[in-house]
Amino acid sequence: MEKESGSLNRKVEEFLHIFKKGEEFTQELLRENEKLRYRVAQLEEMTKSTGREGNIKLNSLEERIALLEEENKSLLERFRQVEEENKDFASRYIEVEAENNNLANLYVASYQLHSTLDFNESLKIILEIVMNLIGAEEFSIMMLDERTNELSVVAQEGMGPEIHDPIKIGDGVIGEVVRAGEAYYREGDPTDLKGVDYAHPLVSIPLKIKEHVIGTIVIYKLLIQKTQFTNVDFELFSMLAGHAATALFSSKLYSQSERKLSTIQSFLDLLKEKQ
Amino acid sequence: MPENNFLVVEDSPTMRQLITFALKRIPGSKVVEANDGIDALKKLSTQKFDVILTDINMPIMDGLKLVSMVRNDPSLKSIPIIIITTEGAEEDRKRGLALGANAYIAKPIQTADLLNVVNQILQNKA
Repeated sequence: MEKESGSLNRKVEEFLHIFKKGEEFTQELLRENEKLRYRVAQLEEMTKSTGREGNIKLNSLEERIALLEEENKSLLERFRQVEEENKDFASRYIEVEAENNNLANLYVASYQLHSTLDFNESLKIILEIVMNLIGAEEFSIMMLDERTNELSVVAQEGMGPEIHDPIKIGDGVIGEVVRAGEAYYREGDPTDLKGVDYAHPLVSIPLKIKEHVIGTIVIYKLLIQKTQFTNVDFELFSMLAGHAATALFSSKLYSQSERKLSTIQSFLDLLKEKQ
Repeated sequence: MPENNFLVVEDSPTMRQLITFALKRIPGSKVVEANDGIDALKKLSTQKFDVILTDINMPIMDGLKLVSMVRNDPSLKSIPIIIITTEGAEEDRKRGLALGANAYIAKPIQTADLLNVVNQILQNKA
């Protein structure tokens, strides 16, 4: 009986022990469950808040992109405008350069024309200008003899002897230029030459002092590389019409006065000797 | 600023003045003028030049003779030479370049074209 009671007690104790352990385990599971629920709640909360922040950040980035795109567009527009301005400046620079070139040519030609009072030197300078600055190959300078009303060649470049015959004022193209005092430019391509036609030059410029014509510069043929007349050529023609005329006229007067002076001086010397 | 010494060989005072006028637009440029080939050789024997610009048709000694003499002189042969002339035919150009000229410009000259050629030669030299 005592034996049976001892065995039962052990079994009860064992059962109580197991039951206690089960209780502890259950308690632990409940705690763990609590913790996990808390963690899930935390994570849910976190996910919600992260989603909100993400949306805010995304919106802000989208706004920034829109701003940058706008800025980019305006910069591209400005770039296009600057490029246009640049092109405009470049073309104006070319124009100014060309104008500068023209002015330099005119200045040098005018400076050289008035650098001497020697008639032959003046003629040489005119020949140089017509050849080097205009680009003529065959041309002449004709002066008017007011006593005979005839034009004769006083200087020429690249021409044959046949053009040395005098021309009456009013005769042909050249005579008419001197009579009317108006420049003549042959129509059409200046390089379209079927041999040089001395009766029909490319250009004839009257040499004028105010309205008084003293001669003409006549161009028959251009250099091989000269394909057309440019603006500066017409400026040079116009400049030559006046400046070459005054240069030739004044140098002629100066040489005449020099000769007269020398004659008078000789006469005075003779008088002195007789006294 | 680098100094560039130019020798302009030309019998026409008008062209000399025009070329000098154009070259003076290059910063640091100094221009010496000679009337013909002999005058140019005299100046080359006493001064150093960075570029020679010469005409072809000149009295006493023409430009082609000058180019040939410069190219055959060991102390001068490295100086770049630009021919500026009224002789615009292709065979004239070929002859000038064959003799040793670095560039060939036909008259009438355009200042911008001349300066382009000169600047190109100065850049190649540097």
